[in-house]
Amino acid sequence: MTQAKIYNFMGLRRYAVVFSALMLVVSSWSLYTQGLVLGLDFSGGTQIEVGYDQPADVGELREKLETAGFDNPVVVHFGSETDVLIRLQGEPDQKLAEQVVEVLQGEDEQIDLRRVDFVGPQIGEELREDGGLGMLTALAIVMLYVAIRFQLKFSVGAVLALAHDVIITLGIFSLARFEFDLTVLAAVLAVVGYSLNDTIVVSDRIRENFRKIRKASPVEVINESLSQTLWRTINTSATTMIVLLALFFIGGELIHNFAIALMIGVGIGTYSSIYVAATVMLALNVDREDLLETVEGELVDDLP
Amino acid sequence: MLNKFPLWKNMMILLVIVFGLTYAAPNFYPPDAAVQLSGQSGAMAIDEVVLKKVEGALAEGNIEYFGGEADGESALVRIKDKDLQLRAKELIQAEMGGEYIVALNLAPTTPDWLSSLGGTPMKLGLDLSGGVHFLLEVDLDSALAVRLEGDLGEIKTALRDERIRYRSLELKGNQIIGQFRDADQIAKAMTIVRTNFRELQPQSAPSQNPLSMVLKLSEVATNTLEDNAIKQNLTSLRNRVNELGVSEPLVSRQGKNRIVVELPGVQDTAEAKRIIGKTANLEFRLESQGKSGDSFEFRTPGGQGPNALLEKKAVITGENVTDARASFDENGRPQVNITLDSSGGWQMGHATRDNIGRRLGVLFIEYKTKLEKSVSDTGEVEITPVPFVEKHIISLATVQAQLGKQFRITGLDGQRESSELALLLRAGALAAPMYIVEERTIGPSLGADNIALGVKSVTVGMAFVLLFMVVIYRAFGLAANVALGMNLLLLVAFMSLLGATLTLPGIAGIVLTVGMAVDANVLIFSRIREERREGASVQGAISAGYDRAFVSILDANITTLIVALILFLIGSGPVQGFAVTLSIGILTSMFTSIVMTRGLVNLVVGGRKIEKLWI
Repeated sequence: MTQAKIYNFMGLRRYAVVFSALMLVVSSWSLYTQGLVLGLDFSGGTQIEVGYDQPADVGELREKLETAGFDNPVVVHFGSETDVLIRLQGEPDQKLAEQVVEVLQGEDEQIDLRRVDFVGPQIGEELREDGGLGMLTALAIVMLYVAIRFQLKFSVGAVLALAHDVIITLGIFSLARFEFDLTVLAAVLAVVGYSLNDTIVVSDRIRENFRKIRKASPVEVINESLSQTLWRTINTSATTMIVLLALFFIGGELIHNFAIALMIGVGIGTYSSIYVAATVMLALNVDREDLLETVEGELVDDLP
Repeated sequence: MLNKFPLWKNMMILLVIVFGLTYAAPNFYPPDAAVQLSGQSGAMAIDEVVLKKVEGALAEGNIEYFGGEADGESALVRIKDKDLQLRAKELIQAEMGGEYIVALNLAPTTPDWLSSLGGTPMKLGLDLSGGVHFLLEVDLDSALAVRLEGDLGEIKTALRDERIRYRSLELKGNQIIGQFRDADQIAKAMTIVRTNFRELQPQSAPSQNPLSMVLKLSEVATNTLEDNAIKQNLTSLRNRVNELGVSEPLVSRQGKNRIVVELPGVQDTAEAKRIIGKTANLEFRLESQGKSGDSFEFRTPGGQGPNALLEKKAVITGENVTDARASFDENGRPQVNITLDSSGGWQMGHATRDNIGRRLGVLFIEYKTKLEKSVSDTGEVEITPVPFVEKHIISLATVQAQLGKQFRITGLDGQRESSELALLLRAGALAAPMYIVEERTIGPSLGADNIALGVKSVTVGMAFVLLFMVVIYRAFGLAANVALGMNLLLLVAFMSLLGATLTLPGIAGIVLTVGMAVDANVLIFSRIREERREGASVQGAISAGYDRAFVSILDANITTLIVALILFLIGSGPVQGFAVTLSIGILTSMFTSIVMTRGLVNLVVGGRKIEKLWI
């Protein structure tokens, strides 16, 4: 049997740095200038989903609501021609939903009130704060864990890779004007988990190889580690993508954005576990010495 | 020997499989549509007699039913045709009348042997079962304002009685601020406040003005006030929710000043909102002396006869009642202490001054709806809701002396009666206004759709993953697939056993778990392939593959678990559901993908001489 092929991943790292930097700049710029399209969970307001027997004309419904005195109602199809989502922004008032239904029901039409969401402004604000706080806590705890389990340079690499993934995922959501709601926040945190998973598997192999291969430069060790874990990285991303595609196409409108966020995140996460974490480690001059002095005792555990 | 499990390990795997099958099983028995009946008060006996009446109503309406049961506290009848469930509820409500709470329910059909082992189906979140979720915020500031307003009035009276002159005395925000003409007056005023109003704490005046007095409610008193306000609102909300006929309502406090109300399976959400928003009320009326007046029944018939005649005009209403507590008098007899606001106290004093010796009644007023049965021209039984007001006397007691802001009702039969009276008085007087800050209504059709979509995406996603694994890892892929199936089973079993709630994001979590759970196997199998490439023997490669991959799997899963935990801590309802399924999924997948696949592989190839691995 032959040795597995070793790809020169790190030879391309300059391009990767340029690519990542570009993505980060564009994402940050978009997040800074136009921000995210906040869903009802965060913005507050009223949202009503109704189902019709026949395909509904949203333009007509919008006019009907405007004539009834609602300011700028957003009326869109939701998932199918017969489902309509009505969103009322501005001064949230929980009586609005009832009035809307009254207006729509006025024409003795068969409508099925499928969902009403009302979120007061204070709740939205709290969620925004909690969400941001949660994200930072997650990053901090993960950094601590990796630092203890591996080494500080690995930890910096892992956390930068995570921040990279989160910022770009959010950036794409901001650029594409996709709606950011609670399920998307959950997805972004799941991305943190997934990307970390990937990065750790790679780091684990790098650590192992630093100890095993004595006469090789850090770049060579990292290239070999990445090549060895390449198929695992691809296969795991593939199975995860398969189920995400299932969720995206079948899961229904409510978790549509959840699936999109995860797909973007898994894609970026796969890339970042190959390029970002390892590149950062190299930039920090990671070396055999880093691992030998701190985790001497663990060498024994890893023996088969 | 390489790649052989000791017997105990194989037995353990078998045991886990049996465990998973047992506790996942209740989810595969579809529940029956049912109608549940219970009494408005706990004292009502719901026995076979009541059950017979219920079944009679159903038989009369030509609704097929089965499995009726009554346990003294509630009765349950299962309905054959799910579409007739609502109709059955209406028929029963019309037959039994307003003293009974009739609720739609889904009765589990878990076989007895399973439920005796503690097996129950998973609970469904509101987004799957349909229903209403309200988050109400209690306006504590206005509760505080009401209280201070009352104190202010009393201080003014006290100062007037002592002939202490003040320039001004008013409420500003959460402080009472007074201005006095000279040092002597303010010193006297302070003494009165210190002795009679201990819960008010003097603050230093902002401009160091020696002639101004700033009073604030002490922290302890504020906390008690707020706590009571929330409790009082909770009590009245629970009373109202009971009336809605929901089988498993949830009313609980959340955080400092919020109350969550969850009503699964509610069909008519507008009705739910109306009932939650409505107020019961109280009226204090003197007993009528002549023949004129309104006659009311007692809420619980006692020694005072079935009804009493009260004057048409109310002395005060529930709005004036700020508190009512059950306690005991000097002789250990039960009593209820009532506190009124200052205008209520003044009116009460005025009305009772010349009426000592007469009796004062308390009317409890509820706004209800009842279902009325009528036969239409075509001979069909029609059921229409009719709103009505119910007024009952909850107390009728003799006025012993002029009443003021605080008085008590004595002569009660026991502690039960005193606490019930206090509760009713409080329920009639809403402590502090509440408003809805979040509402999520999910129609029953959307809930059903969500379940269908969830099940479908789990099935399809899983099917493709299974296919992928067999194509890539062949025989080993099959082992991984068995493990994946078991993982799903264990996940369902643990969720059912822990009473975790399944939500739509929770299903998404399951789907994601399916995708990520194979990661451990991918890691192990890639490693085995690598070992083979490097020239390891078949048995050696398998053993090394599992051992070497273990560290990576552990590290990766622990970090994901940390993230799931944070998600659980910061998330609300649906997001927490996602975190729960993700965490349980990670834990079960560690077992199935490492221990279980190893067991399978060992069983097939362990200890044999094999030259080529089908991987």
